Formats: sequence, structure tokens, C-alpha cells
Amino acid sequence: MQQGRLAIGQLDILDVERLTIRIGAAVKSFSPDVHFTKPELAFLDRFSQLALVAAREAIAQSGLLFSGELAEKTGVILGSAGGGMQTQDENYRNVYQDGKNRVHPFVVPRLMHNAAASQISMAFNLLGPTYCVATACASSNHAMGQAFHLIRSGACTAVVTGGADSMLTFGGIKAWEGLRVLSPDGCRPFSATRNGMVLGEGAAVFVFEDYDHARARGADILAEVAGFAMTSDAADIVTPSKSGAARSMRLALKDAALNPEDVGYINAHGTGTMANDKTESAAILDVFGQHAERLMVSSTKSMHGHLIGATGAVELLAAIMALRDGVIAPTIGYQIPDPDCPLDVVPNTARSATVRAVLSNAFAFGGLNAVLALKAI
Amino acid sequence: MTQLVKQKLREIIAAQAMVDVADICDATTPQQLGLDSIGLVEAVFAIEEHFDIQVPFNANEPDDPRFDISTVGAMTRAVEALISQNSA
Repeated sequence: MQQGRLAIGQLDILDVERLTIRIGAAVKSFSPDVHFTKPELAFLDRFSQLALVAAREAIAQSGLLFSGELAEKTGVILGSAGGGMQTQDENYRNVYQDGKNRVHPFVVPRLMHNAAASQISMAFNLLGPTYCVATACASSNHAMGQAFHLIRSGACTAVVTGGADSMLTFGGIKAWEGLRVLSPDGCRPFSATRNGMVLGEGAAVFVFEDYDHARARGADILAEVAGFAMTSDAADIVTPSKSGAARSMRLALKDAALNPEDVGYINAHGTGTMANDKTESAAILDVFGQHAERLMVSSTKSMHGHLIGATGAVELLAAIMALRDGVIAPTIGYQIPDPDCPLDVVPNTARSATVRAVLSNAFAFGGLNAVLALKAI
Repeated sequence: MTQLVKQKLREIIAAQAMVDVADICDATTPQQLGLDSIGLVEAVFAIEEHFDIQVPFNANEPDDPRFDISTVGAMTRAVEALISQNSA
């Protein structure tokens, strides 16, 4: 994301020739065999594989070892909109298309939405609250918000959280194609030439930890999760709402005890659809007023596509990069300004800047909005 | 073919907009019928299913000239063109 590198390309999946949309941001050169044994793989849909590899990296980086009371007070909350979509696609094909009367015995434990969260809890002996949140494109932000709440309330000392989704399958893309919101040629958020979203896949996992606990052990703290808010538009199942988005940003600022002027960067939901980018821009102008002129707002979906239930988690990486490394990830593919999106979208190349507080937006189908506020350490 | 396409298209649009077919003419616009972009997406699906064609419609680009949705008459001509492309 720092280099503004594009991960969107031609899809190489079964029956791609029957699709109208043939691009996506697939996780390339991922060899399951390198990360898992054959008996392990029998239980792991691709979304769980990606989640487990991300969790291994995050937990290793955190330096935490889970036993005794810490294990009991650590949970796993992951977002996933689709769950085991690869398993579903493959096995529907088996029974409906190929007429087979038998499926692999582990289809259910592979495809269930909580499979990834449970696999992580098993792999690391995490005995606390463990579940999956499925709120479409806001799944990860809701999951991480729940993790934040569990720690703030004292119910947990740490929570392994984030999201995973892998719906770059024939059926997954066919379903999205039907809505007529996918771009056939690229994701260009906030650009006047945008023509839709591009699907991606992947996982990102973080270790959220009680601040005092982390300080006491001398942990390398990446950033502070300072606030979270979630709202519902209660209006339309697919059309975004300016007021719902604005309300969630305002509430997140309030929860984090931040003033609008404190925020230097927003990782936008920025899907690249006409409706989202216009509505999100209007909501940002509404919440930030004059300060919107000085605010950097970028959509990293221009690079990694829309990971649906995992998107907020991957985008939190950009939020942390802004706070920790002083690098603002760009909105690549930006061509022509859209008067309906009059924001500094950090076009095409990353920028160095010191920011002390950021927001990360997620606005889902179903009218569900979830916004995280982070501060620099 | 023209009359059949015209009549069927009007029936599909009328059903989607929940209005009487008799209330639709060539000059009628989707806005007049209360069809928003998601309503149009569903109408396009019904058109594709009925006529066995692939309609190049992207909800993000309502002004795309490849499938003119400005009026019912324009949609009729676009559907006829797609049908003749199919049989060509």
C-alpha cells in the first residue's frame, strides 16, 4: 500500500469464461501446503487458511503466550461476510452440477462462518469469547469494535481480531455481478471516471490488548484504539445514507474524545461505486466542515479491492501505517476529480505526513455503519 | 418482431414499476415510473431472462450509451439491437 501497488488483475478461476466480470484482487502465490499439513487442510476453507496465517503473524509479533488466566481472558472475534464460500461453491458444484450424491464429511466444519475464529482459538489456546460477526462489508469493523468493547469493559485482557473472506469463486462473483455494481476494468474511488467496485480476498488479524497490560510487559504498541461507533440507517437495504454514515463518524469521534480537527487521515470505505463515494464524501464534509479541506482521505480498495467481510481489517493496516510510519496510503487509479467528492484523496502516490488520530470507515449493505478511531502512541 | 418486443418490454417494465401497461408509452422515463437504479437492475434482469440477451448495464453508469435507458422507447430500440446481434 505504501508503494501504491495494484493487486487487481485477471481472475484465474473455474468457469471464468461464463462471467461478465473477470477481474479481482486475488491472493497470489499462497501455497496452503507450505502453511498446513494435509490433515489440517481437510478442515480449512481458504478463508480460514488466510485467517490462520495472518493470526500466526500477528500473535508472533505481539510476543504474547497464552496460558493460565491470560488464555481465559483472551478471545477471538473475526469478521466474515461469506464464511467458507470456496467450500460451498465446490460442493454445490459436486452435488448439483456433477450429480454426486456424496460430499466430503468435513464440509460443515469448513464452511461455517465461525470456522476461522474457532481454528485460531484452537491453534493458540484462546479460551475467552470467540465468535464471528457477519455484517457484510462492515463485518471486520464490527468485529474489531466488539473486541475493543470487551477489553474496555474488562471482560478480556486481549482479543485476536480482524477479518477474513474469500469469495472469488464462480458463484460468489456471479451473485455480485447480478447487482450490476462491479467494475469490469478497475476500482477508481472518488474519481469521476469510477464505474464500480472490484472484489478482493484475504485476511488481516490484530492482537488488541488492554493498554496497561501491554505497557506493563513493555510491548511494542502499534497504535491505540481510542473509539468505536456503529449505527444503522434503518432505510434501504443497498443504498447508503449520508446521515447514517455521518452519525457513525461523529459518535466514533465522541467515543474517542477527539475533536474533528484532531483527525489527520480517514481510511474511507471508498468502494468506487457512484453511490458510496458521493454519499461518503458528503458525510465527511458534514462532520468535518472546514477541516475537511485539510483532511487526507484515501481508499486503499483501489489497490486491494473490496474484501467484503475482511475489508475493514486490511484497511486498518493503512490506518496504522499513517499513525506509526507517517505514510498515508494513496487512492490509486485516480484520474479526474468528481465535484461530488471534493476531498484530498491522496491521489496515486503515498504521502509522508504526521497524523495523531485517524478514522477507519466501513459502511455495509443493510445500512450498517461501523467506524473505528485510532490514536498514535 | 418490433411490436412483440415493444409490448413485452412494456409488460416487464409495468410489472417492475407496478403500473398499468396502458400507462406506458415510448416517451415514458424510468423516473416517471418511480424506477430507481435498483428497480432498473431488476427490470434489466427480467429483460435478459425473457429475451435471452446480455444487457450491458452498470448501475454506476446510467448514462452509458451502450444501453440507453432514458425512455421506454430508447430501451425498446436497445433491446431490439441486442436481439438482432444475438441472431446475427
